[in-house]
Amino acid sequence: MIPQFTKILLSGWTKGIMLGGCLFVPTTAWAFGHSGVRVWLPENLSIYGKSIDGLFYLILWITGIIFALVEGTLLVFLFRYRARAGKTATYTHGNNLVEVIWTVIPAIILVFLGFQSQKVWSYVRGNPPPADLEVQVTGEQFAWNIRYPGTDGRFDTEDDITTINQMHLPVNQTVLVHLKSKDVIHSFFLPHFRIKQDAVPGITGHLWLEATQPANVEIVCAELCGLGHYRMRGFLTIESAQAFQDWLGSEYGDSH
Amino acid sequence: MSVETTRSSFLRKYIFSTDHKTIGIQFLFTSLIMLGVGGLLAMLIRLQLGWPAHYLKEQSLVHRGFLILEKLLPGGFPSGSGIMDSGYYNMLFTMHGSIMIFFAIIPLLVGVFGNYLIPLKIGAPDMAFPRLNMVSYWLLPPAILTVCSGFFLQGGAAAAGWTAYAPLSTTLGPGQVCWIVGVIILGTSSILGAINYVTTIINLRAPGMTFFRLPLSIWALFITAIITLMATPVLASALILLLLDSTAGTSFFLPAGLIIDGVLQPNSGGQVLLWQHLFWFYSHPAVYIMILPAMGIASEILPVFARKPLFGYHSMVYAIMAIAVLGFMVWAHHMFTSGMNPTLGTSFMLSTLVIAVPSAIKTFNWLGTLWRGSIRLTTAMCHALAFVSMFVIGGLTGIFAASTPVDLYLHDTYFIVGHLHYVLFGGSLFGIFAGITFWFPKMFGRLLNERLGKLHMILTFIFFNAVMFPMFILGIAGMPRRIYDYTQYAHLAHVGGLNRMMSVSAFILGAVQVIFIINFFWSLFRGKPAGENPWQANTLEWATSSPPPHGNFKAIPTVYHGPYEYSVPGRKQDWLPQHVKG
Ligand code: HEM
Ligand SMILES: [Cu+2]
Ligand SMILES: [Cu+2]
Repeated sequence: MIPQFTKILLSGWTKGIMLGGCLFVPTTAWAFGHSGVRVWLPENLSIYGKSIDGLFYLILWITGIIFALVEGTLLVFLFRYRARAGKTATYTHGNNLVEVIWTVIPAIILVFLGFQSQKVWSYVRGNPPPADLEVQVTGEQFAWNIRYPGTDGRFDTEDDITTINQMHLPVNQTVLVHLKSKDVIHSFFLPHFRIKQDAVPGITGHLWLEATQPANVEIVCAELCGLGHYRMRGFLTIESAQAFQDWLGSEYGDSH
Repeated sequence: MSVETTRSSFLRKYIFSTDHKTIGIQFLFTSLIMLGVGGLLAMLIRLQLGWPAHYLKEQSLVHRGFLILEKLLPGGFPSGSGIMDSGYYNMLFTMHGSIMIFFAIIPLLVGVFGNYLIPLKIGAPDMAFPRLNMVSYWLLPPAILTVCSGFFLQGGAAAAGWTAYAPLSTTLGPGQVCWIVGVIILGTSSILGAINYVTTIINLRAPGMTFFRLPLSIWALFITAIITLMATPVLASALILLLLDSTAGTSFFLPAGLIIDGVLQPNSGGQVLLWQHLFWFYSHPAVYIMILPAMGIASEILPVFARKPLFGYHSMVYAIMAIAVLGFMVWAHHMFTSGMNPTLGTSFMLSTLVIAVPSAIKTFNWLGTLWRGSIRLTTAMCHALAFVSMFVIGGLTGIFAASTPVDLYLHDTYFIVGHLHYVLFGGSLFGIFAGITFWFPKMFGRLLNERLGKLHMILTFIFFNAVMFPMFILGIAGMPRRIYDYTQYAHLAHVGGLNRMMSVSAFILGAVQVIFIINFFWSLFRGKPAGENPWQANTLEWATSSPPPHGNFKAIPTVYHGPYEYSVPGRKQDWLPQHVKG
């Protein structure tokens, strides 16, 4: 009697809980869809960001289609080939032709993606275009030291201009960044430029930037660097060449 | 019989046993406990991410929860205001990752299934080196205690991430040193276990058990053991160098000119990136240590409940081998943004894209196995299907990370956290649940309750996706990983709600694991007796009693067929055990 009772109780609440669980996800998804916030790629501000985003969407399409095909097939098989009285499974150990097909097709897709990626990679990380401006960025626990070469165009001289966490860049100019670190690894991440590069102690890293429009955005530290890692935030102002020169001038006045 | 001898025989039988089955079950209980500990740490991580100080309302329910936690974990909330310390948060995710990888997933897959299944499935009375096997288990508790002791030391536990990048890892306190020592001990345990597995599989197969009649779980464990033997010594050496850098003043990973806490360090001549190369030379193969056995388990369970031979047995075996070989050539895909030469990035991108091919082959063959089957949705089968469907997401998202330009953006964001949880939780852990459900009756002689099992499976599946899928979206929105408080960044101003939804789902996901625990212990004592072969399966472990006696078989069986002869035409039964002629 008692087992009978627990069985009924169990079947009731198990179904209820399963149903509740299944409803949880669509409900919250719906709530998010209607809350009006869009959580997606931040606005792109760099000259190469478009190519990186294009590659991202290409992979999203390809993997999205493969995902739908594979999971769809799985579901269809689960319904179609459920055990039924009187039906037996087909006795087969496989087929060499289909093995070749489903080896070659993914291989072709992946080689294609490799080529597409390599094009963008050599654009972004290959030899940088001639620089209009060079900047030194040095990470330390927990701040970004930004150094401009001043009027003589050379670093580590009397007229260098240094700031902490404040980076200004002129729009539509190619900027070469020299990245260093004083203590542990940090990572110089500009989400709006789609780029990140580690600042590694003992090595000077390089990356180039070119902004396409004026904006105020942030520099993120993307590599765990200790207690204050989460607040190692810098500020990047992209402005017209004139505004940038004015800013440099006033910074020079402040520091000399 | 004197009291002395009974005590010593109890010790020999249950504690210092050399029987591979007892050792497997010791690994099972130890690593399930660690899975629970790692899970609890994850709950604390989600608590902080859902309600960083910025969102914490005075006297709200969550804030009161924080105040209670402050009493329980005084080290973690030093300010007295119910706000978690950022250093403590770093310890939480470091210890969560380390415990899950080193003390839960690897011992569950390799320690439990390797020990329990290898001799039974190849028709051997025990392992080749039973004593070595016992030592490999008994190194695990000291490794766990050493790594976790950090929580009770000055300065707290390790806090440099499970990847322990130098120089951060060499600047931290004694907890980090304990982490290094503990992982070295664990590595030793893995190496001893692997020597044993390789030797056993090569030498102790029953008559007729040729290599191409081995069940796929054994193939997977065999190749995993070879990977372990080749990769783990590299990790051990790297860890010893890191230990020397942290404690003996050497400079393997530390260059000249470091200024830590305002003090110029005396080191010179070290290379920071050397640590990353050595670490990933081990840890990329290690991610295959964490997935190949789960793939083996799925390949084992799908044919049984589709009542159909495994589709493409030979390609499945060759795919495992290809993954193992290629797995040693892709490590620097974790270092695309590290400052490594960009041309090197290209080669590692290409090898990484190539390794996706054998993963695809395996997935298609699993689908082929279901095609025209006669599918029985038992709990074990549901977990195996969850494994297949979630591994697909894990593998596909790996392609985003493999494309070097896209990884410039996605590296070190939540996208990577999503990827690794789809492969390690969606893949490995569902594989583990499938394996436990499938072999529980062999281990303990009783079946797990199907109804509770399915309830646990479906809720885990739903809430796993509710926690982990949004991680991809957060990563795409530019949220960095390992971050204590994301609210200060302007581009992340609107991800708080999503994070809270994930945290709530995570708490439910944690809570529903209680169903598994209840089912486990209830079935251990009250479950339906299993009999020899409850699933009508072919492999040799089902040809002996449940649980098998000491020595496994009354007489060593002779093997006549491959492992997956289901629904052979012209037979009354739809299964044909490996040891039955005909
Ligand atoms: C199709 C197959 C796969 C591909 C192409 C792939 C690719 C990658 C790449 C390129 C990364 C580095 C991303 C970054 O840090 O920016 C990565 C990270 C990772 N992958 Fe995979 N992966 C695959 C399968 C797997 C499997 C099967 C596992 C484990 C079972 C796994 C576990 C991980 C883990 C744990 C990390 C993160 C490590 C960390 O930084 O903490 N991956 N994957
Ligand atoms: Cu940082
Ligand atoms: Cu990897």
